[in-house]
Amino acid sequence: MRDTKSWSARLLVVDDNKVNRLLLTRSLELQGHSIASAENGRIALEMLRREPFDLLLLDMEMPEMDGFQVLEQLAADRQLRDLPVIVTSSLEGIDNIVRCIELGAEDYLTKPVNPVLLKARIGASLEKKHLRDQQKELMRRFATPEVAQDLQTSGFTLGGKLVEASVMFSDIRGFTSLAESQPPEETIELLNTYYALMFDAISGHGGVVTLMMGDGLMSVFGAPVPLPDHEACAVRAAQEMIELIGMFNVERKAAGKPEISISIGIASGTVVAGYTGTNERATYTCIGDTVNLAARLETHTRVAQRDILIDPATRDAIGPQFTVEPLGPVPFKGKALAVEVFAVDPGTRG
Amino acid sequence: MTTPTIDRATFDALRETTGADFVAELVDTFLEEAPAMLGELRSAFAAGDADRFRRAAHSLKSNGNTFGALALGAQARELELGGIAKAAEDGGKRLEALAQEYARVAAALGEMRHA
Repeated sequence: MRDTKSWSARLLVVDDNKVNRLLLTRSLELQGHSIASAENGRIALEMLRREPFDLLLLDMEMPEMDGFQVLEQLAADRQLRDLPVIVTSSLEGIDNIVRCIELGAEDYLTKPVNPVLLKARIGASLEKKHLRDQQKELMRRFATPEVAQDLQTSGFTLGGKLVEASVMFSDIRGFTSLAESQPPEETIELLNTYYALMFDAISGHGGVVTLMMGDGLMSVFGAPVPLPDHEACAVRAAQEMIELIGMFNVERKAAGKPEISISIGIASGTVVAGYTGTNERATYTCIGDTVNLAARLETHTRVAQRDILIDPATRDAIGPQFTVEPLGPVPFKGKALAVEVFAVDPGTRG
Repeated sequence: MTTPTIDRATFDALRETTGADFVAELVDTFLEEAPAMLGELRSAFAAGDADRFRRAAHSLKSNGNTFGALALGAQARELELGGIAKAAEDGGKRLEALAQEYARVAAALGEMRHA
């Protein structure tokens, strides 16, 4: 754990009273922090939006914009709502203190502030912020930004909801035999580059990768955040994926490595989206017929010998700017009726 | 027992935690700012501006307590809580009492900052 005693943080002191401002600044500087100060809430918010701070020490009774208004604005600001705030005030009345805490203040110190108490509260606040930052960083790494955002705004609950979305499955063709024919570190390197390219194309078109298995990826367009035009977004992402792999192959060829090719299946419709698992270990996922169909379409690319296959719902939604080739009905396992399958020309951009 | 103008323990603790030079500077700042706060209190009282009145009393309370000027702090607190209506009851005598207490505080702090 980080030693908070020696941790120098950047703090903002807001107080309309000069004596209070000087005194707090001095106490905090003596504790090794670097301090900026503002004389009212409006100036403080401007500074917070301009430069990063680790913690805010906020007076309540101020002209122009008081502490309550600052707390309200911080809570409504996506960038700033996690900033820890310690209220330093000599406000009268417990209801005022309660109101500060309800508005999101982390702690409340009565003025004149006891320096020892101040140090302890700041240490605790900074430690909490540090943990929260680490958590956010972990979320960024292991969840998509959309899922991370969704988790932050709506919180984590197991359970799903019905959403309209396009689901995409993609795979490297013949990956297993390729992996067996080369050293493992080369396979990992290949996968890393492949993932980087695919994630770029998918998230660039509003998609979210919900599952990575070996060389296989499952992505969703339209959940957790609704995406108008999710069918066309998915198809455009697929085309870009094929194009990026083409560019990647130029490099691989130059390095004397075998070229790779990918296959993609897309289906659109209603899916159940949400967090599944346990409270300790859960993942954002989509399930339903649409998901199964997308997986079957991806598998079918081998038979059809096309790179991108889509279902009728996707075809109907994407409009005539894409060149689409009907391949006729295909009986899929688990489907009572044969499904009309369409191939998308990877080259024609919609 | 009457409250001393400046509570020595509070003032010494302030000095110990922030340094004598800094406290001298802080006293100077207070002596510069306080007359304006008293003026603000009076003008808010005259204008019937409850917010300004409360804020000025609040500031004087807060700063008084910082230096150990506990009587000043207590009087300012009464004005903050009572507001203009309460202060008007005796025709603003409390305001004058506060100003007199401030004069004592200013003199005492002016002495102590050199000590």
